[in-house]
Amino acid sequence: MDQSTSTTGQPAADNTVDAPTSDRALGAPLVELKSVNKHFGALHVLQDIDLTVRKGEVLVVIGPSGSGKSTLCRAINRLETIDDGTITVDGKTLPEEGKALAQLRAEVGMVFQSFNLFAHKTVLDNVTLGPRKVRGLNKKDAEEQARKLLDRVGVGNQAGKMPAQLSGGQQQRVAIARALAMQPKVMLFDEPTSALDPEMVNEVLDAMVALAQEGMTMIVVTHEMGFARKAADRVVFMADGQIVEEAAPEEFFTAPKSERARDFLSKILTH
Amino acid sequence: MNDYLSGLGALLQQYDVLGAFWTNIQLTFWGALIALALGTLLALMRISPIASLRWAGATYVSIFRNTPLTIIMTFMVMGVWTALQIQLADNFEDNFFRLAVVGLAVYHAAFVCEAIRSGVNTVPLGQAEAARAIGLSFLPAARLIILPQAFRGATAPLGNTLIALLKNSTVAAAASVSWETSSTMKTMIEFNPNYLWEIFAVFAIGYVILVIPIGLLTTWLSRRLAVKR
Ligand SMILES: Nc1ncnc2c1ncn2[C@@H]1O[C@H](COP(=O)(O)OP(=O)(O)OP(=O)(O)O)[C@@H](O)[C@H]1O
Ligand SMILES: [Mg+2]
Repeated sequence: MDQSTSTTGQPAADNTVDAPTSDRALGAPLVELKSVNKHFGALHVLQDIDLTVRKGEVLVVIGPSGSGKSTLCRAINRLETIDDGTITVDGKTLPEEGKALAQLRAEVGMVFQSFNLFAHKTVLDNVTLGPRKVRGLNKKDAEEQARKLLDRVGVGNQAGKMPAQLSGGQQQRVAIARALAMQPKVMLFDEPTSALDPEMVNEVLDAMVALAQEGMTMIVVTHEMGFARKAADRVVFMADGQIVEEAAPEEFFTAPKSERARDFLSKILTH
Repeated sequence: MNDYLSGLGALLQQYDVLGAFWTNIQLTFWGALIALALGTLLALMRISPIASLRWAGATYVSIFRNTPLTIIMTFMVMGVWTALQIQLADNFEDNFFRLAVVGLAVYHAAFVCEAIRSGVNTVPLGQAEAARAIGLSFLPAARLIILPQAFRGATAPLGNTLIALLKNSTVAAAASVSWETSSTMKTMIEFNPNYLWEIFAVFAIGYVILVIPIGLLTTWLSRRLAVKR
């Protein structure tokens, strides 16, 4: 990367390539965070986070380890509580524990770094479980839908296997199908490819790009710049629990405005 | 020599040794069944998101795990039946038997709970998070995702608890189940002290024969059922 920009401390505006932000029309705000704060003991992991993700938008969250990216994702799905501020999904504030929360979680799909497929259930059962037990679909309809989704992410022929019999890339694609089976309004991805062997990264990213092109609203924590460039509408750079910078992907990667972002990018680019 | 053998034979015919073992097997069966149900409920309480339930579960376990079984069994008769006048059956034998079953169950439920909890610890946290993420609330997530994997991970400790329960079923003597093995053995030795060693050997070997297959079976099962990750 051209290091000359970082010495001036000024955004190198003339280097900026017109970001190929998607031509997709973005809809109304779907996920809204307002002044969200979260502590782990003395550690202030989310500091006054304001963030709006619109319907159909693909947002990439990037930032150094420990900056709070996972916590942000998990807070949106309320796998992590917040201290103050509000998080709304499609206009509804996240409820406290209980049935209402479970219902709302079902509308937010989540894909984890470590796949987390239900280890004692077949691939097909992994995908049908939510629709049957949460949405009340009957077995036949749930399986029909599951097979379609598994085909869509390219693992239709693995339906009868147990998760441990699949490669990491296949497991992660099943996990994407499992989340999609709930017909979520938004999908959260927390470093979905960072536990994968390099040769399996692309098969998962391809499935995600396809999903983005179909118009799914996505919040993706990833350091895969190829994906960000290809599919993201916007990149959010986090450091030390704060959103330091927001920009279109091309703009962010070629001409980051903040010192922190430049520093971070130079590190991930030289490796 | 012939006198000796026929004497021993007569002794084993005079006392219903097999019937005594059958009593302990029944005590164990019903005790295990109730302990499993109660222990599962306690384990659920201990992993639940509700603090007061967690506290209640933990309190139960520390009380019953740390109280000697003999004291619980004696209490079942002197406290529950005599003092509180709670009767579990109309005739004496059934009543004592059921009191003993309850005593065995409430005691071993604490151990079942801890065995299941050790099984829960073999289930990665991500399983519960994935279950919550698809919209399952606590009970369905526990029933469909956590407990099935926890039981598989807890097969060996549950087997150990079952073995302990079988051996501890002899403490039913303290709940006046006088026809079970240890009471029968005591009576036999009291009236036939010249056969002390032989009588002792019969009962000890009887238990070894019962316990060893349980151990082998649960070891085999725990390998077979282990969740591959
Ligand atoms: N359950 C927890 N208890 C205490 N501290 C935590 C907990 N979870 C995360 N943290 C801390 O909060 C900070 C933010 O963590 P988080 O996982 O959100 O970072 P991240 O940006 O996702 O990092 P990475 O790129 O390594 O995944 C880190 O310092 C982490 O150590
Ligand atoms: Mg993380």
